[in-house]
Amino acid sequence: MKKILDIFGKRSNWAIPYALFMAVFVALPLLLILFYAFTGNEGEFSFANFTKFVTQPEAVNTFIYSIGIALITTILCILLGYPAAYILSNRNLNRSEVTVVLFILPMWINILIRTLATVALFDFMRWPLGVGALIFGMVYNFLPFMIYPIYNTMQKMDHSLIEAAEDLGATPFRVFWKVILPLSMPGVMSGVMMVFMPTISTFAIAELLTMNNVKLFGTTIQENINNGMWNYGAALSLIMLVIIGITSLFSDEEGGDSDSLI
Amino acid sequence: MANKNTIIKIEHLSKSFGDKKVLDDINLEVRRGEFVTLLGPSGCGKTTLLRTIAGFAQADEGVISMEGHDISAVPPHKRPLNTVFQRYALFPHLNVYDNIAFGLKLKKVPSEEIDSRVRKALKMVSMTDYEDRDVNSLSGGQQQRVAIARAIVNRPKVLLLDEPLAALDLKMRKDMQMELKQMHSTLGITFIYVTHDQEEALTLSDTVVVMSEGKIQQIGTPIDIYNEPVNSFVADFIGESNILNGKMIRDCEVEFAGHVFECVDKGFGEQSPVDVVIRPEDIYVITNTENAKFTGVVKSCIFKGVHYEMFVETDKGFELMIQDYNAFEVGSTVGMLIKPSDIHVMQKERTCNSFEGVMTDSTHVQMLGGEFECQETGLQAGDKVTVRVAFDKVELLDYKEDGTLMGEVHFILYKGNHYHLTVLTDDGDNIYVDTNDIWDNCDLVGINIAPKHLRITKRV
Repeated sequence: MKKILDIFGKRSNWAIPYALFMAVFVALPLLLILFYAFTGNEGEFSFANFTKFVTQPEAVNTFIYSIGIALITTILCILLGYPAAYILSNRNLNRSEVTVVLFILPMWINILIRTLATVALFDFMRWPLGVGALIFGMVYNFLPFMIYPIYNTMQKMDHSLIEAAEDLGATPFRVFWKVILPLSMPGVMSGVMMVFMPTISTFAIAELLTMNNVKLFGTTIQENINNGMWNYGAALSLIMLVIIGITSLFSDEEGGDSDSLI
Repeated sequence: MANKNTIIKIEHLSKSFGDKKVLDDINLEVRRGEFVTLLGPSGCGKTTLLRTIAGFAQADEGVISMEGHDISAVPPHKRPLNTVFQRYALFPHLNVYDNIAFGLKLKKVPSEEIDSRVRKALKMVSMTDYEDRDVNSLSGGQQQRVAIARAIVNRPKVLLLDEPLAALDLKMRKDMQMELKQMHSTLGITFIYVTHDQEEALTLSDTVVVMSEGKIQQIGTPIDIYNEPVNSFVADFIGESNILNGKMIRDCEVEFAGHVFECVDKGFGEQSPVDVVIRPEDIYVITNTENAKFTGVVKSCIFKGVHYEMFVETDKGFELMIQDYNAFEVGSTVGMLIKPSDIHVMQKERTCNSFEGVMTDSTHVQMLGGEFECQETGLQAGDKVTVRVAFDKVELLDYKEDGTLMGEVHFILYKGNHYHLTVLTDDGDNIYVDTNDIWDNCDLVGINIAPKHLRITKRV
């Protein structure tokens, strides 16, 4: 009995369940991906999967296409989300919490349900499904993830900084350009993270909104794995992981500084 | 009328937040090169007044003019004045140099000039070589210096300072006070300074503006404000003081604490009630009771560094605070003297509560948002009346539900042998109460007035 108590008594032991969880559900899958990516069908070590990716124009094209779609989605989300966040956080333009919740509300609904609803909407309006619908659906799905972090940083911004800028002679436009915009960049950065990353790897939205006509990188991975091509699928996953890892490092450098300042 | 020396003139400025009047008919003239301090307790409207001058807040009524031009409608970025904010408000994404150069860059000043002016400003605040530092790596005092440099580098006509030293520790604050005063005389810029620290105000200013409840109580030099407070609020707020009820017997003769004293004040009329202020350092204590004006027993004696602070109960039961370089034994009987010129007599702001009300029937009156029973008046329902109640006839109750009205203790003044309280009712009226009970600021109380103490007269 005392032994059991001792186990609970030590602070560091409390981490054991989480460490186990991490090992089984995060570390192990990553290692498996790594293992499969660098092995051939017989389990031998090889770079064949990567050579296949580089030499197959189809996969590379899908990859570039996916990044393009993700970029367009992210940029549209910034263009729509930034002004929305600005208006929501501005005391002169919006005082109601309800409007904020209305903008955030879609986050509470499952992404598949929203996508199915989008399909139904396009159907009802007799608009064709395709790339346009895909971008519409992605922007609609991910917009709240852009608005929320930007809104948050703007909310937390010290209002006296804006007054200080005005006091020093800045017109409202310059106040925005020289103070609000640079100080809200950390919010934009985390917004980009939350939109860009999932849009690269998405496949369900693409399937539903383009009737399988547009293939994204996520779709390619899913197809390969579904067809038993584990090694190639793992290699593609690894490539995507590395790309996402690089973008997040990049944005960490950008946002890191200013994040700690606020 | 338009004095050339006046740089800022404020006329009949009023502003309300909802029902609360935060600025109430403010009139103020600031001379060129003057160091003016707006002094008052928190919530007195001093910061709002400063923000209105800076342009961050809009007044409901009144005019602010600068060098003869009405600037009420001018947006903040076009006003030729700069502000040092309470919590510095330095831009976290810019280093020290860029923070200070912010205003100059906006004005498109050539970069060589910006360079030399920024360096000069940094030198002025003793922060040379800090140009490239990240503002968040600076200490509070250093940030404050950068904030001051950022404002003065623009060479404003008026510098507004909103409690700039409030966040610094005592030692640093004292040093900065001296530096600010030095800076003021070097730069020749008009300073308008907001603080709640009366000592700071007295140390720094040419002119002190004492504010309370959105109104200016007194404008004067630090010496005037200290020696000649116009009312008990100012006397109580500035420095330590004994404030007692008194009666002017005739010119140069005043009665308080049960004795008649010779004084130097005139023109109050004979037998008129007054407030008397005596600073604790102006009461002389002697062991020889025979030569004393009056005597008392030392109740406590505490060493305060330079002097001792004593509470003495006089022969007539009044408690006085006295500061003296000598200590007197607790329990000993001492004699006291006061010089005529050290007795400061003030007109009483009021001698009794006066409310406006309406009769609901001949024995009930509606006033202050409640219905009070009174003695038979012979008046009819609907008659408009004035109700007078003596200060000591208002009853305060511990449980706010027990009273006819509810109120909050707002301001407490010790008058030597009783407390004079200002109680704010839910409807925003002030009731003044004399009591021997001890209440704390912000206590919620029930208010009752016995029927026989309501003195009702019909208004015509």
